[in-house]
Amino acid sequence: MHTIFGIPAPLLFGQLLLGLINGGFYALLSLGLAVIFGMLNIINFAHGALFMTGAFAAWGLLNYLGLPYWYALILSPLLIGLFGLVLERLFIRRLYGLDHLYGLLLTFGLALIIEGLFRNAFGSSGMPYQIPRSLSGAVNLGFMFLPLYRGWVVVVALVVSLATWAVIEKTRLGATLRAATENAALVQAFGINVPRLVALTYAGGVALAAFAGVLAAPIYSVNPNMGSNLIITVFAVVVIGGMGSILGSIVSGFGLGVIEGLTKVFYPQASDTVIFVVMAIVLLARPAGLFGKTA
Amino acid sequence: MGITRRSILGGLALGGTGLALAPRPSWAQSSKKLRIGVLNDQSGPYRDVSGLNSVVCVKQAIADFGASAKGLEVEVLSADHQNKPDVGAAIARQWFDRDGVDMIIDVPTSSVALAVANVCREKNRVYINVGAGTAELTGSQCAPTTIHWAYDTWMLAHSTGGATVKTGGNKWFFIPADYVFGHDLERQTSQFVTEAGGKVLGHATYAFPGTTDFSSFLVQAQASGANVLGLANAGADTQNCIKQAHEFGLTQQARIAALLMFITDVHALGLETAQGLVLTESFYWDLNDKTRAFTARIKDKTPNNYPNMVQAGCYAGTLHYLKAVSALGVDRAKASGAEVVARMKATPTEDDCFGTCKIREDGRVLVPAYLFEVKKPSESKGPWDYYKLLVTTPGDQAFRPLAEGHCPLVKS
Repeated sequence: MHTIFGIPAPLLFGQLLLGLINGGFYALLSLGLAVIFGMLNIINFAHGALFMTGAFAAWGLLNYLGLPYWYALILSPLLIGLFGLVLERLFIRRLYGLDHLYGLLLTFGLALIIEGLFRNAFGSSGMPYQIPRSLSGAVNLGFMFLPLYRGWVVVVALVVSLATWAVIEKTRLGATLRAATENAALVQAFGINVPRLVALTYAGGVALAAFAGVLAAPIYSVNPNMGSNLIITVFAVVVIGGMGSILGSIVSGFGLGVIEGLTKVFYPQASDTVIFVVMAIVLLARPAGLFGKTA
Repeated sequence: MGITRRSILGGLALGGTGLALAPRPSWAQSSKKLRIGVLNDQSGPYRDVSGLNSVVCVKQAIADFGASAKGLEVEVLSADHQNKPDVGAAIARQWFDRDGVDMIIDVPTSSVALAVANVCREKNRVYINVGAGTAELTGSQCAPTTIHWAYDTWMLAHSTGGATVKTGGNKWFFIPADYVFGHDLERQTSQFVTEAGGKVLGHATYAFPGTTDFSSFLVQAQASGANVLGLANAGADTQNCIKQAHEFGLTQQARIAALLMFITDVHALGLETAQGLVLTESFYWDLNDKTRAFTARIKDKTPNNYPNMVQAGCYAGTLHYLKAVSALGVDRAKASGAEVVARMKATPTEDDCFGTCKIREDGRVLVPAYLFEVKKPSESKGPWDYYKLLVTTPGDQAFRPLAEGHCPLVKS
């Protein structure tokens, strides 16, 4: 059998592909964080909890209303986005003028409360959620067995990431949004309702987290801790990509997924630290991150 | 001002420890009052396996014993050790030094369990471990103050591992969690596999906690050509492994040996995914009239989950402890934990969950091990009707022979 660095080639290709799939989740989550940080200057520590809430919403829609996966994919981000809108109105908007630390503390507290409530209501061992029938099964690629659902995840993650990037960087709406963060007073003077725009941006970022949650529900166990496991990694991804950089978070999300996947072949015990090693190296060389602009 | 990752994480770590060590109202140190501390995971991956349901079971044991009618005043304290050995040991010290706790029970997560065992030995207080797996508790690290209840890694390896090899599963690939429990379970199972003529083709040790995606390891297992996937982990990790093994079609090639699995895990996976799995527990609510009666008594107090062997062990352990204390007298019991444990070892246990069992001199409770198969959805008649009993191993054969444990308490 053909080998690369002593690892059979098929195994290596398999791991690359799996890394890309996990990278899809990292990209989707860090994208939401980057949008919120880039536009609102809020470090949204509640992102992991909202990701979890999205997965639970999918489970709830199926169990209480009988609505399958495909409906959940649309409805759950809408519901959780609406919840995000409420959070923004009630809490987060009060912090825009303040130091980052306040936003971080508030959202961290919110995350603890949300996770605690879910733990109390549903326990910690998780809820079953099956892969939709039309996406169950797998194809044999020759070098590995690719479950159709994983293939679907990577494609959807890529499409949604690129669409978000395009909306913010290439459309008039995105231009207005970016202008509003640069100089809110001036944009307001042009007759644009800036507070509403900002609130909708937060809701949008939250909806992205919920969307990732629905995608994750059939793969991972739907449990209250699923977000807190991911959030620290995702923050590292955002820092590596450059805080607030949309493209940076997409590229580093997929890239780090691949690096992590390869580590799992060569030295699995280090797979949860490798991202932080990369982060340290990147910060030493480029303190603003790979795609960040130095202030 | 700048915020750094370090300040965030440092703050989190401090906050977490601070919560666990938050001052309690100081108790009036009345000499007659017994205090039982339930120390377990109340917020993390093992919360449903132990957690508040263990506390409920301890309280049920106090009620069933009729403590107040017998003139015993018993108070139950509980705390979350967050699966961290340092946090667990600190709480145990505080309980003994300040709060006058006489006995600590439960303590899942082997690394924490061993740390707390040392504190209890040092302070001469009773330690009834139920939730942790490591067989070291009654092996080289056994103590005159330790009793280990419902299961251990040797028993799981012997029962689930042994049964799997016997039915043709002879090429194994292991996925162990990277801490003492995972290593123990893998080592002991490997031993049974090779002794029975099977082979271990490889393993992928993963970082614990924090790993949620196991696909890399599953693909490695697939490439190895194994016909058994040995999962040396627990809780949500086991669930994720099983779910993803189905996804990657591994179940067409290999059988899954979930070496430690609780009824709560089966419930979380759903019978559709879990059907056909073979697992070992020493308690099942639907085993006989007594286990059903016990479950009926506590069901309303544990709304989300039925009891598993750990929670049943907390019940049985507390009951047996109270019997020993009332035989010795509270004053003597409070003076020496080792004396209470010696008394507990001298009397056979008797309770609704495990029946009558012996406690060996190394502290091992010889409960019978039941090998179960998870039912098909069509076979399940109601909620939580999940297991079919395959094999019963009597208590004196279910655990590691006394001589092989190298417990210093055992005189050869």
